[in-house]
Amino acid sequence: METPLTQHINMSRQSFGLKDYERVGGYQAVRKAVTTMSPAEVAKTVQESDLKGRGGAGFNTGMKWSFVPMEGVSGPKYLIANADEMEPGTFKDRYLLEGNPHQLIEGMIVSAYAIQANVSFIFLRWAYKKAATLLLQAIEEAYAAGYLGKNILGTGYNLEMHLHTGVGRYICGEETALLNALEGKRATPRAKPPFPQVSGLFGKPTIVNNVETLCNIPHIVNNGADWFKSLSKSEDSGTKLYGISGRVNKPGLWELPMGTTVRELLEEHAGGMKNGYKFRGALPGGASTDFLVEEHLDVKMDFKSVAAAGSRLGTGTMIILDDHTCPVGFVHNLEHFFAQESCGWCTPCREGLPWTEKLLLALENGEGQHLHLELLEMHTRNLGPGSTYCALAPGAMEPLQSGLKYFREDFERHITEKRCPWR
Amino acid sequence: MLSEQEIHEIDKEIGIMPVRKSACIEALKIVQKYRGWVSDECLNEVAAYMQMSAEELDSVATFYNLIFRKPVGRNIILLCDSISCYVMEYQLIYKSLQDRLNIKFGETSSDGRFTLLPNACLGCCDHAPAMMINKDLHTDLKIDQLEEILNKYE
Repeated sequence: METPLTQHINMSRQSFGLKDYERVGGYQAVRKAVTTMSPAEVAKTVQESDLKGRGGAGFNTGMKWSFVPMEGVSGPKYLIANADEMEPGTFKDRYLLEGNPHQLIEGMIVSAYAIQANVSFIFLRWAYKKAATLLLQAIEEAYAAGYLGKNILGTGYNLEMHLHTGVGRYICGEETALLNALEGKRATPRAKPPFPQVSGLFGKPTIVNNVETLCNIPHIVNNGADWFKSLSKSEDSGTKLYGISGRVNKPGLWELPMGTTVRELLEEHAGGMKNGYKFRGALPGGASTDFLVEEHLDVKMDFKSVAAAGSRLGTGTMIILDDHTCPVGFVHNLEHFFAQESCGWCTPCREGLPWTEKLLLALENGEGQHLHLELLEMHTRNLGPGSTYCALAPGAMEPLQSGLKYFREDFERHITEKRCPWR
Repeated sequence: MLSEQEIHEIDKEIGIMPVRKSACIEALKIVQKYRGWVSDECLNEVAAYMQMSAEELDSVATFYNLIFRKPVGRNIILLCDSISCYVMEYQLIYKSLQDRLNIKFGETSSDGRFTLLPNACLGCCDHAPAMMINKDLHTDLKIDQLEEILNKYE
């Protein structure tokens, strides 16, 4: 089984520098792309590979690039790596950033070449201190070796790269909010259209891609679209970094073929539930995805299959709900997070999320009424897709609506028993 | 007064960006790095240097979780309170920190040694519960290790 993204990662090693990376074939994709391929050929290969965005939305990456105007643009175009990993339960990009920073830089150079961007940024989460140090070193090494800067490999292609570390807000991961943060503003999302591909950073054409997405690019350019498709067990191409956290024997992160089932992840890779704990459900791809429950254990973890099961693949990092944890308390913790992280720009999100948090707290404290369940359900509709400015509130409603569906009895017990049965 | 070193570092950030005030978040970070927090006086000076109003800069400064507009202790404890740490009972770690330091979330110990803050997911959920103290990540936290960890910070 091939694991292109993680094959050279060994976390016990101090660092994996330019020479180490070149020794295992690193920067061959930059060489191949800029010296033998046109930007359009690179973009076409990526589009044919059907690589879908690994940040959660799952949009075809090559398709996203295709909206960038290639002629008649005055001033720079930008490529941005979204390394603002902050979806609760998600820890996959940290692994790629710390384990092999040059892989990301190479992916960014090839991607920037495909859209003919001359300036690139890595928007890194502030908490990733080790990644920041390693990325700064790696960027410096890449400049010194002629992979970044002016006239890359003698081809006349120029690319600057800068590291920007954020100052902490979940919403910065939303791509248009990220652009505002990078422009030194409050990170409120922008209206779309215009899409960033046409009018992004400083009003210029901009592509924002997730770290894992970008790390796939060198391998696709080196090995081709068909190879990338062959890595998968399902209709969605490639491998995926899957993770599991919670009361399992071996919480962790694994690169596996796209379409690996929930059961295989839970039982084989995470070693099953800890002794004395039972599986009750899981958020398959971070805090803003709907619960999957026991009947979904054989669902394939790819975009289409998880959607068919009523949830989203999201980031592919699962959080397990066990039988010692109160589902209402679990959802309350999530809604507390979303209420706190709402940027406050649009009313349904700013007012609605704290309301759901309060209702859930009332239930937890034994002060819940049946009316509260109706109010919670009302919110799942009123804060759903189309009612808010960005995807934060609709994402926040996913675990709430599916929690109300699958753990209804537990919600009702809080009301009839006037207490949390888990306390 | 902004120091020469601060101005030097801020100028470097301004040089990267096509619009001067887009480096304002970096400027706030630089000031906070040297002073621990951003006072009104500093905010006014940074705003003037960035050629923006103090109100505009404050609207940015107060938006972000990790720009401190109030004094903080010598060490900042950021305890993750997000979902994986909740399942792994960060609440017990919080209780123990409260007892040891005699402070709640948002407070600074009377000796000025620690400020305790809740923090959203730190991205090491397979090693929950987790916290950061200054630049150091501490994972797989157990109550009986806390004393030893805290002792590392003066």
